[in-house]
Amino acid sequence: MNGLLSALRTVGAMTIDGIWRLGFATRFLVAVLMHSGQSLRRVHLTIREIYFSGVLSLLIIVVSGLFVGLVLGLQGYDILQRYGSSEAVGVMVALSLLRELGPVVAGLLFASRAGSAVTAEIGLMKATEQLKAMDMMAVNPLARVVAPRFWGGVISMPLLAAMFSTMGIFGGWLIAVPVIGVDDGAFWSQMQAAVDFRTDVLNGVIKSVVFGTAVSLIAVFEGYDCQPTAEGVSRAITRTVVTSSLAILALDFVLTSFMFRGQ
Amino acid sequence: MTPPSDKPLVSLRDVHFAYGERVVLSGIDLTVHRGQLVAIMGGSGCGKTTLLRLIGGQLTAGSGAVEVAGRDVGRMSERELYAMRRRMGMLFQFGALFTDMSVFENVAFPLREHSALPPELVRDLVLMKLEAVGLRGAQAMRPGELSGGMARRVALARAVALDPMLVLYDEPFAGLDPISLGIVGQLIRRLNDALGASSVMVTHDVHESLEIVDYIYFVSNGRIVARGTPDEIRASTDPFVHQFVNAEADGPVPFHYPATPIEALLAGEAQ
Amino acid sequence: MMNRTALDLWVGIFVAIGFAALTFLAMKVGNFSVFNKAPTYVVTAQFDNIGGLKVRAPVKSAGVLVGRVSSIDFDAGSYRAVVGIEIDSRYEFPSDTSAAILTSGLLGEQYIGLDAGGDIEMLRDGDRVMLSQSAVVLEKLIGQFLFDRASETPAQ
Repeated sequence: MNGLLSALRTVGAMTIDGIWRLGFATRFLVAVLMHSGQSLRRVHLTIREIYFSGVLSLLIIVVSGLFVGLVLGLQGYDILQRYGSSEAVGVMVALSLLRELGPVVAGLLFASRAGSAVTAEIGLMKATEQLKAMDMMAVNPLARVVAPRFWGGVISMPLLAAMFSTMGIFGGWLIAVPVIGVDDGAFWSQMQAAVDFRTDVLNGVIKSVVFGTAVSLIAVFEGYDCQPTAEGVSRAITRTVVTSSLAILALDFVLTSFMFRGQ
Repeated sequence: MTPPSDKPLVSLRDVHFAYGERVVLSGIDLTVHRGQLVAIMGGSGCGKTTLLRLIGGQLTAGSGAVEVAGRDVGRMSERELYAMRRRMGMLFQFGALFTDMSVFENVAFPLREHSALPPELVRDLVLMKLEAVGLRGAQAMRPGELSGGMARRVALARAVALDPMLVLYDEPFAGLDPISLGIVGQLIRRLNDALGASSVMVTHDVHESLEIVDYIYFVSNGRIVARGTPDEIRASTDPFVHQFVNAEADGPVPFHYPATPIEALLAGEAQ
Repeated sequence: MMNRTALDLWVGIFVAIGFAALTFLAMKVGNFSVFNKAPTYVVTAQFDNIGGLKVRAPVKSAGVLVGRVSSIDFDAGSYRAVVGIEIDSRYEFPSDTSAAILTSGLLGEQYIGLDAGGDIEMLRDGDRVMLSQSAVVLEKLIGQFLFDRASETPAQ
């Protein structure tokens, strides 16, 4: 009985804490958006963050995309050739990358590569009182530190997801055409016939924009909100990766159920 | 010593402050005249850093007035607060230098953020400030490469980059070796006089402070328990001041954290 | 830290690659063409049953893609489906053209096939295709087949 009560209490406390953090993060998002003027006017602040979030994530995204494509090519061929439609391997690779794997896997990689770095940087600036020092110099850290990192992530993520999908399709092509011997023309024409610009390509891009926004918000929020100690920063980094990954998968489900309802 | 002018730059009147239930400051009165270098002293956790935050507008007093240059800091809008902070410098406990910038960039930061000065002028101003703290040669170094004392001096140059009217120091001597400590102490005094600024310094280093400051407040348990010029403090017979200046373990500031008497505890276990 | 020019260059390269990838996905994979957004005209056709036809399904004539389904509505008066057919303006069809809902392969996606008639007048925007053939519903087909077999058996 007591165990049940305390378990219920734990659930209640977690719920309240979760709702409180969600509300706080929403208010934080509004504050960041309101202080975004400077990062758009002084565009160099944002360009610098695109470098750290985007350019430095390039290698992991390109290599992972290539390997995911290679695996999809092999697996897809293995299944499709049983039905005598091995040319459709391009369709399968392209659709699974554009609709799901591109935005989702690129988002997960982005969260662990760039999101954690942003949280660590902001958290460290908080722990060493750099944010407070900036505030005392009459420079708002939301405008100078947080907003550029947020926008850098929002801009980088869709581009990274597109590169991921492109590399994946290239990987699928490498397996299908030169290795297995599927006809090059059939590979592309089947793909083009099956892939629709609006339902597949555009929806994938929308997904990647949403994921990029979510990961960037979580990353800057966790960094800005962390306990200003070494332990607090490391906990915040873990939370960024865990929360971002869950957010990506949950948002993916919600977006997919809206996008592919089968008109 | 600079003669105090009649209108104080900073004045706190009957200031109370609490973090939730925990009362940190109760009934603080404090005055800083223009040109003065004032020290606030007390043990760790006595609320002296909170006092500094109140003056800088990072916290708002529960009741009472915190005035800087005749204006109540607690009633300022964010815009007014930022306008005030442009004329204020603050040295943080461990310098709080921006780790992703060089020494030069750190000192240039407030100038670049708040003025549209041409790059050559910014460069000259930064090098002048660095020269004043003796670190012009270290301009290209990164904060990670600096020793604790050097980092403190760079932070000092950054704090005075905009020629502030008021400089706040949060534990400027913490963690410094005796030589660096002396250098930083002398710099604080020299910069204060050279800039015609006023300074408030929070510290627990009595001996260094007595050498350089104009006036001292002792804070304990959220109240001001003693005040005076360095000479008055040295001559003071107040038991708190005596304990603090002579670093005695027990006195008005008790060695034991409040607890039930040890005899009662032992008696209870014996049963 | 690297200097500003190098950083700008890297970010520039990054953004360029990103947009190149987006363009590749849109053009080569998604077969999207912004440049020749050809003018179209819309005609309607009524069907008793459209089966699994969807908006943006292909419209073909002689196996060539000539347009797409632009809308699917239900006419509450006649209880029939009203399908909007968007046809590329390059292709004109006689006004007695017939529309049929066909299936690519046995279980593939459904599309509309247009069979040109012989009239001199051509279909114009807003016109209605008079002749239509509904989708073949597999269940009905099987039911029909079984019914036919059942009615044949006693005769033997």
